[in-house]
Amino acid sequence: MKFANLLKIALKALNNNKLRCFLTMLGIIIGVASVITMLAIGQGSKNSIKEQISEMGSNMIMIHPGNMQRGGVRQSADDMQTLEVADYEAIRDNTRHISAVSPSVNSGGQFINGNNNYPSTIYGVTPDYLDIRKVKVKEGTIFTDQDIKSAAKVCLLGKTVIDNLFPNGEDPIGRVVRFNKIPFTVIGTLEEKGTNSMGMDQDDVVLAPYTTVMKRVLAIDYIQGLYASAIDENMTDEAIDELTEILRTRHRLKEEADDDFEIRSQQELSEMMNSTSDMMTVLLACIAGISLLVGGIGIMNIMYVSVTERTREIGLRMSIGARGIDILSQFLIEAVIISVTGGIIGVIIGALASWLVNIVARWPVYIQIYSVILSFAVCTLTGIFFGWYPAKKAANLDPIEAIRYE
Amino acid sequence: MQKEREIIKVIDLRRNFTVGDETVHALRGINFTIREGEFVTIMGTSGSGKSTLLNLLGCLDTPTSGDYRLDRVSVKSMSKNERAVTRNRKIGFVFQNYNLLPKTTAIENVELPLLYNPGVTSKERRAKATAALEAVGLHDRMYHTSNQMSGGQQQRVAIARALVNDPVIILADEATGNLDTRTSFSILVLFQELHARGRTIIFVTHNPDLAAYSSRNIVLRDGKIVSDTLNPSPASAREMYASLPKEND
Repeated sequence: MKFANLLKIALKALNNNKLRCFLTMLGIIIGVASVITMLAIGQGSKNSIKEQISEMGSNMIMIHPGNMQRGGVRQSADDMQTLEVADYEAIRDNTRHISAVSPSVNSGGQFINGNNNYPSTIYGVTPDYLDIRKVKVKEGTIFTDQDIKSAAKVCLLGKTVIDNLFPNGEDPIGRVVRFNKIPFTVIGTLEEKGTNSMGMDQDDVVLAPYTTVMKRVLAIDYIQGLYASAIDENMTDEAIDELTEILRTRHRLKEEADDDFEIRSQQELSEMMNSTSDMMTVLLACIAGISLLVGGIGIMNIMYVSVTERTREIGLRMSIGARGIDILSQFLIEAVIISVTGGIIGVIIGALASWLVNIVARWPVYIQIYSVILSFAVCTLTGIFFGWYPAKKAANLDPIEAIRYE
Repeated sequence: MQKEREIIKVIDLRRNFTVGDETVHALRGINFTIREGEFVTIMGTSGSGKSTLLNLLGCLDTPTSGDYRLDRVSVKSMSKNERAVTRNRKIGFVFQNYNLLPKTTAIENVELPLLYNPGVTSKERRAKATAALEAVGLHDRMYHTSNQMSGGQQQRVAIARALVNDPVIILADEATGNLDTRTSFSILVLFQELHARGRTIIFVTHNPDLAAYSSRNIVLRDGKIVSDTLNPSPASAREMYASLPKEND
């Protein structure tokens, strides 16, 4: 039996029952469309989380002084002074898994420019900080190593600070602003980053050499934290291990002693957020999967009724020479055509629905190729699986009884 | 006539059915030979075993004992699939209720048996189906669907479908049973024409009047042959058809 002939026979039979064929397909269409849409929404939110995290620097590692007990009293992390510039230098000089590292000291205070003033935070860092936090210099330049050595009173301003200190749109570069009475020369401006996923304004910053902030603003000899960048996202764990080892050695911690610092990476944050959105995706996919199953049962139901209704036709086909396998193939092909066509329409409708969700509800969506392939495979399998029983029933009919069936 | 080759040879054919605890003997030892070019009517009342015989002759069923040779090949030892192929290549069925596919054009209905024959290309299929429809006088109705045709026309399509695979035998089961007298005779005319062109036909019917139009008549009763008579000069169905009054349509 030629497959082309069987296909022709099956198509003809379906064509004779267009409406019923379409109604049967509807189950599959809705199932596939919901699978596609749900997965697109799930993946979209996952992608948007990922994007937001990578905006902050996806391979960023933060080191803060850790909790420590002193005489049985647990100290607040903010009061700890366990990190020092020498730690920074050791990390900078001795690591293999870190591409950039910067100390961090910050201080809040009032910035003043003539009549305008604005409360913001000054961050004492190195130029590496720009790479780590994915911040770009818009105009002007970043400070130099010489500025760091000499604790130069220079700074770069974020957009929010500029808007408040220079409301008339003057060029801030070269101007002097005061921070807690200390004059800083503006040498550059930072590109706008907008708010982060927590709703924090990322443009409300002023960057200055860490030495300047330490000596001239805070008058401290320790650093409040360190920011580092792993070579790439997958090396984060190795980088953390390396950092831990360097710091423990430098701090002369005994084997059994707790770390006196705390290392956090964005990976932890992204893993946490991903697991939430993964759970949502699984949940949505389950609901969608159930509707696909219901669609499959719909196919079985209709094919089953169809076998009974077409008993005479089956009898005739057998009497003119169709073998059992031919009848079986015909009904299976019909089921598969229904489910695969339903699948194609479902994919199209699913894509449209995802697009609509994006336009109307402004949810991020992303249709993955794998979800399309998956629903196609599931459709075909559904067709074969649920078409098999009715097809087998048709093939096993007795031609003598079938041809005289009323 | 004796020189013609044997199409059907039936030797002591028996068929029993088990209904509950009872065994029903539908056929109790049938013997006959049908040669190429014969037009045989098989008659019998309800329960005489003619349907069972037709099923056996049509390779839809296998005998309990005895042998049936179609075109010199024993059917008894054939598997289900082999019998299906035999039906496809050697037998043309014509049924009482036409059994055309609904919503399907005449030509597609006629092509159907050839679709189950992988050796036939789509070009040959179309050509053979067209020729078969021309042979039954329906060349102008090729693209009419079943429900657009009268009973007589539908039966002609069914006959064309039986002819299309060039079978060694045409089996007609009450082929005129659903038709009015005049249309019945037009179908009989067609069968006589096919017979005249050398086709071998077995016509199963309960209507004793039809015996006069065939070349041989076999009568069954209680699973046995009670008479097997040759009819050297069959009546002309065409004359009878011409003598019937035309309906006002």
